[in-house]
Amino acid sequence: MIDLNELLKNLISAPGLSGYESPVRTLIEQAWQPLTDELHISRLGSLHGLRRGSLTEPRPSVLISAHMDAIGLMVKGLVGEFLRLTQIGGVDARILPGQAVTVHGRQDLPGVIVQPPAHLLPQPYHEAAVPLEYLLVDTGLTAQELARQVRVGDLVSFAQAPLTLAGDAIAGHTLDNRVSVVALTACLELLQKRLLAWDVWAVASAQEEETLGGAFTSGFQLRPSLAIAVDVTFAASPGSPSHNTYPLGKGITLGWGPNIHAGVFRAFEELAKKLEIPYAVEVIPRHSGTDGYALQVVAEGIPTMVIGIPLRYMHTPVETVSMKDVRRAGRLLAEFITTLDETFLEKLSWDA
Amino acid sequence: MPKNSLTIRASQLKLLESLCHAVAVSGDEGEVRKIVLERLKPHADSLKVDALGNILAVKNGTADNRLRVMMTAHMDEVGFMLTHDEGDGIYRFDTVGHVDPRQLAGKAVWIGREHTPGVIGAKPIHLTTAEERRRMLEVENLRIDVGPEGGKVKVGDRATFATPFRRVGPSLLGKALDNRLGVAILLELIEQSPPNVDLLAVFTVQEEIGGRGARVAAFALDPHLAIAVDTTPARDLPAWDDSPNQAYNTRLGAGAAIYVADAATLYDPRLVRHFAETAQALSIPYQIRQPGSGGTDAGAIHRQRAGIPSLSVSVPVRYLHTAASLARLSDWQNTLALLHAALSRLTPALLASPR
Repeated sequence: MIDLNELLKNLISAPGLSGYESPVRTLIEQAWQPLTDELHISRLGSLHGLRRGSLTEPRPSVLISAHMDAIGLMVKGLVGEFLRLTQIGGVDARILPGQAVTVHGRQDLPGVIVQPPAHLLPQPYHEAAVPLEYLLVDTGLTAQELARQVRVGDLVSFAQAPLTLAGDAIAGHTLDNRVSVVALTACLELLQKRLLAWDVWAVASAQEEETLGGAFTSGFQLRPSLAIAVDVTFAASPGSPSHNTYPLGKGITLGWGPNIHAGVFRAFEELAKKLEIPYAVEVIPRHSGTDGYALQVVAEGIPTMVIGIPLRYMHTPVETVSMKDVRRAGRLLAEFITTLDETFLEKLSWDA
Repeated sequence: MPKNSLTIRASQLKLLESLCHAVAVSGDEGEVRKIVLERLKPHADSLKVDALGNILAVKNGTADNRLRVMMTAHMDEVGFMLTHDEGDGIYRFDTVGHVDPRQLAGKAVWIGREHTPGVIGAKPIHLTTAEERRRMLEVENLRIDVGPEGGKVKVGDRATFATPFRRVGPSLLGKALDNRLGVAILLELIEQSPPNVDLLAVFTVQEEIGGRGARVAAFALDPHLAIAVDTTPARDLPAWDDSPNQAYNTRLGAGAAIYVADAATLYDPRLVRHFAETAQALSIPYQIRQPGSGGTDAGAIHRQRAGIPSLSVSVPVRYLHTAASLARLSDWQNTLALLHAALSRLTPALLASPR
């Protein structure tokens, strides 16, 4: 049995900002090597793992996708002993002051994001939230050493170490969406003992946080018969509205809306009920904000499903997830894939 | 005493690390008190813990005509107290000592004696509006979360930022360098105290909420003079528009910071002169902390009894009262060297003429 908690802690401790996923991808390759028949890397850097099915070729295939890229920051300028920043992915600047980071210069440098004292900021920000453009990074190095080590364009990752919280919860940065990579790994492990009709493509996709570039291109290259995006969703947490959040540790979500094929949704819902896997229906009126948004419109179109794992404090370095929900997602995926047979596609229709 | 005996050794870095990792918010200094008492035992001639939790340690000199010199370093740090259990592992909290609320969101914390981990989360950016993101996150809108099934923590527990101490190049990064640096310096001074003074070392409590520990300790010890050993903000960052920074307070790497005036104390000019002259004579880097707001334990001490000539000497530190403060090893070393040298050169003559 793979220790999923340890795997998650390892994955979130590796850098892998959007467009620069190779450090974390190497770890995922190691985890997937024994669980897949084939592994390769796409032109944009996504990882594709194939588990072969048993039907005669050409076999149908299901693509399960979890993006592996992380949000973070990038060096925009050097000012003496300090760095200025810009962001990669959506970052609320209000969570940045005092945040531990790693500056990926000529070598990895620990540093901290700092909010300059009021007298060094424009007047409107003396008593208000300070925008990213006025925040700095201090690495503790002298100006001379910093200039030797760091250039504009260098990446900056969050460095908050993973924490184990009460109730089988883990907190840290980049749980969005490494938890779903772990769910895919759990699924692949469960499938080890199963005879599968369909091919399974497990995809750790690149660049979701910026352009969905990984999902668009992996979808096209692998051209699956079905696509399932696994991503995090909003868990109930202080300050978040209750109408679009889901309780932490109480089950996964099944997406419902235009981005989700109604027939695939029904198949998942029926299966979750039958297996008594707790779930909530997550209504998504428009964009799902996941790889599923890209996968659905690849080539001639792909029937797509979106599975959500509730996560507190999304896009902060203390995102919090319940491992119970991660295991539930892995199990539901594995059970669903096991049900796929040669008649599934014939019977699949949008209208009930 | 050869100067190199006061350089910062690996054992002192180790000590500072354990001091910084302690959770010791004002009023709950026990974890630091324990470390300090253990270190003091072999070196102090007398040792006691008073009614508020201050540690009073005396190390007598051997020369004639000794001055009774009180030196203080506060043990407490700013932090948090859990104030209300909202269920599901979520707690309301309040700050103890001054913490800018803009430093709170998105941080890990250690709670209580067992350092139970928790986090201060923030609403996902996806659920905020641009207008909302311009407003500061206030303490009453933030919570400490220990995980969905709660834990071993309870209302009344103290918490601090959970920041691992580390060395980065020529610098030190950690929480509570204010004032564990001062504590480490004072411990070293007791071990190497010069024969010309009786050193009355006080490790104070509740400095961050008004110098309350120092006030009663100064009464009890009735010293000839007092020196508060602390940290002071280095605000030596660039201005947003590259204009000159006129209000830097102190500069990192520029040496020990000597106070002249702050909002709580007009420091004794005889002591200011003695320390500056000592630094010059021995070529120990020092700086005058820019006069201005703020205060140290000296604010409570100098008005005690009939008055106690007082000085503050601080290590410049950036980002005090945040999750990660940053100091230079060289400033620590120079502050220690200056304090030791100035102490060694103290004579009753210094205070013989009126202020």
